[in-house]
Order: sequence, then structure tokens, then C-alpha cells
Amino acid sequence: MVDFHGWSMPIHYGSQISEHNTVRQDCGIFDVSHMTILDFHGPDVERFVRKLISNDVRKLSEIYDGLYSAMVNDKGGVIDDLIAYKMEFGYRLVVNCATRGEDLKWISNKSKDFDVLMEERDDLSMMAIQGPKSLEVLGKCPTPVNLLKAKKRQQGVYGNDMFAAKTGYTGELGFEVILPHSKAVGLWNDAIKAGAKPIGLGARDTLRLEAGMNLYGFEMDDSISPFECNMSWTVDFSDEARDFFGKGALLKKSKESNFELVGLVLEERSILRQGQEVYFDENKALKGLVTSGTYSPTLGKPIAMARVPKFSENTCFAEVRGKKVFAKIGTPKFVKEGKEIFKERL
Amino acid sequence: MSVSNQVRFLASHEWGRIDEEGVLTVGISDHAQDLLGDIVFIELPDIGKELEAEEETAIVESVKAASDVYTPLSGEVIEINEKLLDEPELVNSSPYEDGWFFKIRLNEASAFEDLMTEEEYNASCEE
Repeated sequence: MVDFHGWSMPIHYGSQISEHNTVRQDCGIFDVSHMTILDFHGPDVERFVRKLISNDVRKLSEIYDGLYSAMVNDKGGVIDDLIAYKMEFGYRLVVNCATRGEDLKWISNKSKDFDVLMEERDDLSMMAIQGPKSLEVLGKCPTPVNLLKAKKRQQGVYGNDMFAAKTGYTGELGFEVILPHSKAVGLWNDAIKAGAKPIGLGARDTLRLEAGMNLYGFEMDDSISPFECNMSWTVDFSDEARDFFGKGALLKKSKESNFELVGLVLEERSILRQGQEVYFDENKALKGLVTSGTYSPTLGKPIAMARVPKFSENTCFAEVRGKKVFAKIGTPKFVKEGKEIFKERL
Repeated sequence: MSVSNQVRFLASHEWGRIDEEGVLTVGISDHAQDLLGDIVFIELPDIGKELEAEEETAIVESVKAASDVYTPLSGEVIEINEKLLDEPELVNSSPYEDGWFFKIRLNEASAFEDLMTEEEYNASCEE
């Protein structure tokens, strides 16, 4: 067990790699109740959420639909990444636990001129059920919601205090279920009975890295713009009349940004970890920085994400314990639904 | 896990065992493999290499971190466990048997007695 921002959480329940493989091939359950759930109500709620985040919730056509977004500061840096859901009462934002304090400060400050109420739902737990057999497992659990109604990614269903959305942090079919604490243990036990295996933080990290999903404090922080961490697609400038926090800085950065996030695959027996520099020529004239690195159980090779200067090199190297280690550069996505999707630059 | 009293330890979590006269088999402790988590790569020394006691000899890389492995005593590397190159998980599943790292011919066999006993090592882990 480790202390994760005040939450006592397991790194693994046995073996991290076998937990990882369980989610790729079968079904795993994660207790992700550390995530911060914020509900927004009030007459100005849509106007405020459209102002608060970089993606545009106007795109959410149906109730319980969700979208991934960044929340950006005045310099264009990412304060947090989040999922916003359209609810009957307004909007629900699921934000990171590590950034909870900064988020709440930012939101309270920025909401002063709006008739909007933020409610932190610390009365709710969150369970992620992930893997190709997740639907089958949840089908055996007595839940009040019909998950088959969640057809597209990030679509939710709601019933009797339980909110379940087709989301996850693994690159597999899966659901994240938000429910009252009193019902959370029941769902956990039912899912285990139905064949799910418990999964710890260690496998959560290797799964999200294979899937090419960012982790706050690694791929992004408040000095990194969405354009430098593969989140350009979450910045929506399409409605010119919409002004959102950080928009001015982002308009500038969208033209000036010289760095991008790439994926690295190594054929060598060495793992590049966060903070490791990577180079492109002997003079080390240009440098990139590894943001996360691990051993990919699915590929059987070391992988990493790195923020590198924007140009078309297809290999780089690092110096690890005095040895030169080479890596192929490609898409910052490695695995989806159990299969390798990494595309090397040619 | 309890091990025989023929095994001695370094505080840095390596074990050494006299399996034949004058030869020390070296690995890492059960406690160490548990701390490291799943082990994915191992680098072993070259056969014939002369080692000083507590010299960095091998590298073990787990899902969490890379760590140096030190030789408990001085001597010449005479055998390495090549199985670990393809099956590093043996260190997790069998740290004292199938998961051994290398063997050295000791320069001074009596130095074995100076290493930590299991009891001393366990006490040092609890500190």
C-alpha cells in the first residue's frame, strides 16, 4: 500500500504484470474513489462550464454524454485534465485527485461572477471495470442501470443513484461507475464474484501508458500547453464567440508551439523513465524529455512517452548508466483493445 | 520465507551461499524482490570478471526502478544464470533457488563468516 495524495492505495494485489494482462485479456476492477467528482448546478451552469474548460460541452447532444477536456490557466498551461458529463442538473466534472486543491481554488476564484454552485461529491465512490469481458462481468452484477444503452465512448447511463459511463484509463472496453459509498463494496464484491480481478495502481499506470493516455505531473502540468501533450484535439476554437480561460494564450501557442508528445519503443533491455533526456545527434544540439516510461507487458518491450522538438526524426537515443540506448519514435499510442497500434515514423 | 543458515546477506539485500567449497552463489533476497515488484530485465556480469567485495556487479530492472546488485565478497565470476535473461520473473518466484544471479570463486573463503546472518539481515530490514 502507498499513500497516494492522502489515499491509502495498493500498487498491486500480487503481480502488477499479471494484473495488467488480466485487463487486456479478461476483466479487472479498480477502486478509483480517489478521483474528485464535482457537480455544477445553477442558472449560469452551461455558460460557466463553457468558459471553464478548453473543450466545448455544447457538443454533448444527449444527457449523460461525456467529453474529455483540459482546464487551462492564463498562460496556456494545463491545470488539469478531466471528463465533463452533461447531467439533468447541469454538468459533472471528474477531475484528478492529485490536483484537487489547485482545481478547487481555480474554480472557486473563476466562478465568482457566475450564478453557479459547485458541489464536491465526496459522498460518492468510483469503480472502474475494464477489459474485453467487462460488459459480461457487469451483466452478472445486479445493477440498476442498463449498460447496453451506453453505445458510444464516454456515454453514460443513470439510474437509482448509480452513474455508469463507457470510459476508462486502459484502452479496453470498460465502464467507470459512480455510486454511493454504501453501494460500492457491494458492486466490488459482485464484480469479483462474476470474474473480475482486483487491479492496483501499478497496472493502472502501465495500462494507461500503453493506451497513450496522459498522467498529470508526467505528460502535462501547468507549464505545458495542450499542444505539447497530445491534447490539441481537446481545445475547441470552433465557436469564435466562446471565450474560455486560457484561450488567448492558447491561440498564440497553437502557432508557436515547438514541442510535441511522441511515443518511443525500445528494442533494448533498458527502461527510460521520467526525466531522462533523449538526443537526436552526437552533438546533443536538441533535446527531448521522457515524460513516462515503463516495460510494456503487451509488447514485451520497453516503451515511453517523450516531449521532443517538432521535427521528423524517427529515432533518438538516451544515455542510461553510461550506455547508449536507442529508441524508435512514433505515435504516442501503443496498444488498443489488446492489439499493438504503435506506428513508427518512416 | 526462511532460508538455511548457510546463507548470508548484505544490508543492500543480496544473499550469498556456499554451494560448493570456495564458490559463492549470489542472488537478491525475497524482501528485495518484493520491494522491486515484477522484474523485467537483468544484466549479468561477464564470466572471468574479477570483483571486489561490494562492487556493483549486476543490474535488476523492475516495473518500478532499476537497481544495482552488489557482490557480497570478492572473487572471480565463474558462472552466470543465463536463464534470467529470458525469464527474469524467476527472481520473483524463486529468489533463493532458480533466481540466483551469478557464482564467484572466492578470493578468501573465510570472509563469508563476516557477512550478516539471516537474523541480522531481517533486523536491518525492519529498521
